[in-house]
Amino acid sequence: MEHTDTAEPSRRDFLYIATGAVGAVGAGALAWPFIHQMNPDASALALASIEVDVSAVEVGQSITVTWRGKPVFIRQRTEKEIAEATEVPIADLPDQFARNANLEDGADASDANRATTGKEAWLVMVGVCTHLGCVPLGEAGEYGGWFCPCHGSHYDTAGRIRKGPAPENMLVPPYKFSSDDVVVIG
Amino acid sequence: MAGHSTYEPQNAGAKWLERRLPVLSLVHGSFVAFPTPKNLNYWWTFGGIAFFVLVVQLITGIVLVMHYTPNDALAFASVEHIMRDVNYGWLMRYLHSNGASMFFFAVYIHIFRGMYYGSYKEPREIAWILGVLLFFLMVLTAFMGYVLPWGQMSLWGATVITNLFSAVPVVGEAITTWLWGGFAVGNPTLNRFFSLHYLLPFVILGVVMLHIWAFHVAGNNNPVGVDPKSDKDTVPFHPYYTLKDLFAIVVFMILFSWFVFYLPNYLGHADNYIPANPMVTPAHIVPEWFLLPFYAILRAITFDIGPIPSKLGGVIAMGGAIAILFVLPWLDTSKVRSANYRPVYRFFFWLFFFTTIMLGWLGSKPAEQPYIAWIQFFTVLYFAHFLIVLPVLGLIETPRKVPDSINDAVLGKSSDAA
Repeated sequence: MEHTDTAEPSRRDFLYIATGAVGAVGAGALAWPFIHQMNPDASALALASIEVDVSAVEVGQSITVTWRGKPVFIRQRTEKEIAEATEVPIADLPDQFARNANLEDGADASDANRATTGKEAWLVMVGVCTHLGCVPLGEAGEYGGWFCPCHGSHYDTAGRIRKGPAPENMLVPPYKFSSDDVVVIG
Repeated sequence: MAGHSTYEPQNAGAKWLERRLPVLSLVHGSFVAFPTPKNLNYWWTFGGIAFFVLVVQLITGIVLVMHYTPNDALAFASVEHIMRDVNYGWLMRYLHSNGASMFFFAVYIHIFRGMYYGSYKEPREIAWILGVLLFFLMVLTAFMGYVLPWGQMSLWGATVITNLFSAVPVVGEAITTWLWGGFAVGNPTLNRFFSLHYLLPFVILGVVMLHIWAFHVAGNNNPVGVDPKSDKDTVPFHPYYTLKDLFAIVVFMILFSWFVFYLPNYLGHADNYIPANPMVTPAHIVPEWFLLPFYAILRAITFDIGPIPSKLGGVIAMGGAIAILFVLPWLDTSKVRSANYRPVYRFFFWLFFFTTIMLGWLGSKPAEQPYIAWIQFFTVLYFAHFLIVLPVLGLIETPRKVPDSINDAVLGKSSDAA
């Protein structure tokens, strides 16, 4: 009689299933290297930190630097721009979180939380629209901050989304002023 | 594909092969003796035209790769090298870039023909589903191909489209980083797109074979929508349709050549002749014309739907616009295939056609009013066609009398022979 004809599962059935299960786990484990090879490689991760000298950036001027292949806007804002950003009630903002990598996750999107203590005039943020990744244009849009030409997102002078399809404020990367004139990003 | 062959190998070599691998009788049964409805009109030639353009894309693509360099520092220059230095390089590249447009043009007509004549209905559902899969693979291939010249539109088109995945909750960020191989679209992205752009056309070729196999099991649909009932309804594929298709291909080549030789950049964007610059986004990003209706639907969702943010909603709507085609055979409740005998459906078919044209036009416009409102209007019409019109129409519409056979229709025994 064939072992498959018996009513009770035999030791052989158990061995078949166990072999198949181990084989499936092995195939799954082997798939991981083929998936993970597409993630950022060691050379991409090595570009994680840059130093920028901002001594030449006057009030009302911006520069764009490259960090991890993305543009980072560094702007020394005018009194008027800071005042405009500070006056807006948090409740009026579409995204009420600071999106500042240097603060706790839940920090609110006040102007002070978008900048850094003692350097309130300076705005450092990743110049990538949070909608679909275009680079917004500076000193443009209905709020005098940034305007994304791709799908019409308007950001204010603190880089916060005010109008349009973008869901979040532009990201503030991890950074600190190592001296009065030098910003370390990443 | 087989089953219709009367093929008898004549010489010793053919007999030897036939006993070991019956490929000659397979080809004979599928493309020579295959009984084909005798009333197929010229709309039926677009399947053959699409296949012809696929072959053009494969040949020109293989040739272009002999001169192209997939590296972010060299790709743009290597394309200019093809245009200026390589013997007939300009011709190869213009054939390939315009060939993509011609491929979509032929396939769109092919799809609309299937919709008008109900070719997706029982028993041809699998052929239809494979066709939608082919369309999806074409979109992927075309998108990756447009990235390879590494101009401004290449880079920013890739950025916008890959960022769609960031709308996925929780894992969106990880998916985009994985797709890019970095923290933005860069050299790793270019390399993997090149690899896949070379692979996918061969996958398409394989699925085309399954597509042909699937509709050869049931036989071709036809303008009357009644299956052949006797030998009087059909003619052999060769020479009747081999030559008809060939004639249509030659006429199509005139259109193709007109673009290649007189308007080679008309369907492209001038911005793609500016080398990719990750620091500056072009003022106006638009996909290629054949993706515009879907791009419009992406931008239709400007509001949050319950817990779904507008960005994710747009992505779902755009994906849904293609995905809904997969279930079309089950959304249409009418048993009558051809729109020739469905006067009400015929009106809605042309309304749907108009809707897709309008979405295409609106997709090329900037994201501002009144375009957004019109996009939303036509997006509702697009989905309503599938979700409301087709299911309901089959239940309430009274179709005209369908002829008993193809032969009757051709001889005018019905009031409205196609």
